[in-house]
Amino acid sequence: MAMYNAPFHWRRYRERYRLLGSRCETCGRIFFPLRKICPNCRRKGNPVPIAFSGRGKVYTHTVIRIPPEGFEGFAPYIMGIIELDEGPKVTSQVVECTPEDVYIGMPVEVCFRKLRTQGRQGIICYGFKFRPININLKN
Amino acid sequence: MNVNTVDLKKRDVAIVGIGLTQSGELWDKSLRDIAFEGGFAAAADAGIRGKDIEAFFVGNMSGGMFAGQEHVAALVADFLGLNPTPAIRVESACASGSVALRQGYIAVASGLYDLVAVGGVEKMTDVQGRWATLTLVGSMDFEWEGYFGATFPGIFAMMARRYIYEYGLTREQLAKVAVKSHYHSSFNPYAQFRNRITEDNVLKSPLVADPLRLLDCCPTSDGAACVLLAPAEEAKRYTDTPIIIDACAQASDTLALFDRRDVCTIDATVEASRQAFGQAHIDHRDVDVLEAHDCFTIAEVLALEDLGFCEKGKAGVLYDEGQTYVGGALPVNTDGGLKASGHPVGATGVKQVVELVKQLRGEAEGGRQVDGAEVGLAHNIGGSGATAVVTILRRGD
Repeated sequence: MAMYNAPFHWRRYRERYRLLGSRCETCGRIFFPLRKICPNCRRKGNPVPIAFSGRGKVYTHTVIRIPPEGFEGFAPYIMGIIELDEGPKVTSQVVECTPEDVYIGMPVEVCFRKLRTQGRQGIICYGFKFRPININLKN
Repeated sequence: MNVNTVDLKKRDVAIVGIGLTQSGELWDKSLRDIAFEGGFAAAADAGIRGKDIEAFFVGNMSGGMFAGQEHVAALVADFLGLNPTPAIRVESACASGSVALRQGYIAVASGLYDLVAVGGVEKMTDVQGRWATLTLVGSMDFEWEGYFGATFPGIFAMMARRYIYEYGLTREQLAKVAVKSHYHSSFNPYAQFRNRITEDNVLKSPLVADPLRLLDCCPTSDGAACVLLAPAEEAKRYTDTPIIIDACAQASDTLALFDRRDVCTIDATVEASRQAFGQAHIDHRDVDVLEAHDCFTIAEVLALEDLGFCEKGKAGVLYDEGQTYVGGALPVNTDGGLKASGHPVGATGVKQVVELVKQLRGEAEGGRQVDGAEVGLAHNIGGSGATAVVTILRRGD
């Protein structure tokens, strides 16, 4: 991964740490990530930031076995598209389970994790990943 | 909001010359060497001199990341000896070539220029594979896909997983896409891979991003392609068999896969296809040969459906029946496609059109000529489908 300067990571930290999106107050549609213009209402729209509950279901998934530069230490790792309870989808890693455990429709919740380190002495990048919701504990 | 392309189009446009390099790991050639070779071949094919060219469009995805070289259009013009002809680089990830073609088409159709060169070039093998992988991640939404560890094969793998879940495509049907492509490329002297493979080879190749395996994936390639465009009424000055561009339509969609209306449909393809068939005033049954964007086997399956050649969820059957081979009802990727003939990303859109021109001229090498082909369609997408271009060509003599 290229050695980006701190602002590259810093300017998005709220969204990457807390899983934020936008809700258009005109049409009610919810988006991830933040959008300044609602593609539905355009000029008449009024998107405002919202925090997602962090719960959702695996919509589709894969296992990355050939990682890009910067992710070598994590491979193989599970990537998924998560359909959030609020509707929008988000691409994220799925952790705390094995590739054999993951299935379409699996309930997951957001968690805060290290994404990668930019080189040996570089910036440590954090962000959200998702993990299975332990149904047994809830019951 | 739609531009009335019929009013703006002053005249028909013909392809009057084609040039193509080998695709592959061209260790002895740099970016400029490859571009020169493709451009020179096109000029020779049309029997023109460089100074006859009035404008030059070059599709190139990432000279900077792949070869440390930006300002690619000026470089290529320089080393083709075209100065001071205006040279314009066009970037739309893997669709750079066809978006460049569309700009060249507009430049001639509008009456502005009478001879335009459209090239595509990419030099991908001068960097390590993981750097190339990272560069391709840039064709998706880097901040919200790549940053979290998604790769290009990973994104298409997630489409494949969902498609298999929704429509019951089998792993064997997906393997048949690659088997067909390698069979076609075995007849193509310009192809990166000329070996034939079996379903078993595909199913036993290493996993790259489940469920996609190595033989589901196109390679990284060096290569260039070039076409020369002129007004149709002047085309016979350059060639006996001009090929008319009957349609060239482009559409956009969200950069991120997770934001799409449907993960299993490339809506940009659907829209570009709708417009292209409307412009060309033809029916799907009129298409004799098809170049579909198959960066991964699943992409070709989606393309056949999104272009409207079969119902959603039914493309797998075409592979079971062998319909996508030369000799079948719908020959697809007769050059081997991106999968087997190679995917030099910025060149691919032009390379596909070169193959169609060969087919429509009746000049396809080896055993892959589609008998009596009159109409061809090329489909090229950028990234995971944020850009799609559909071009329809017709034999014009």
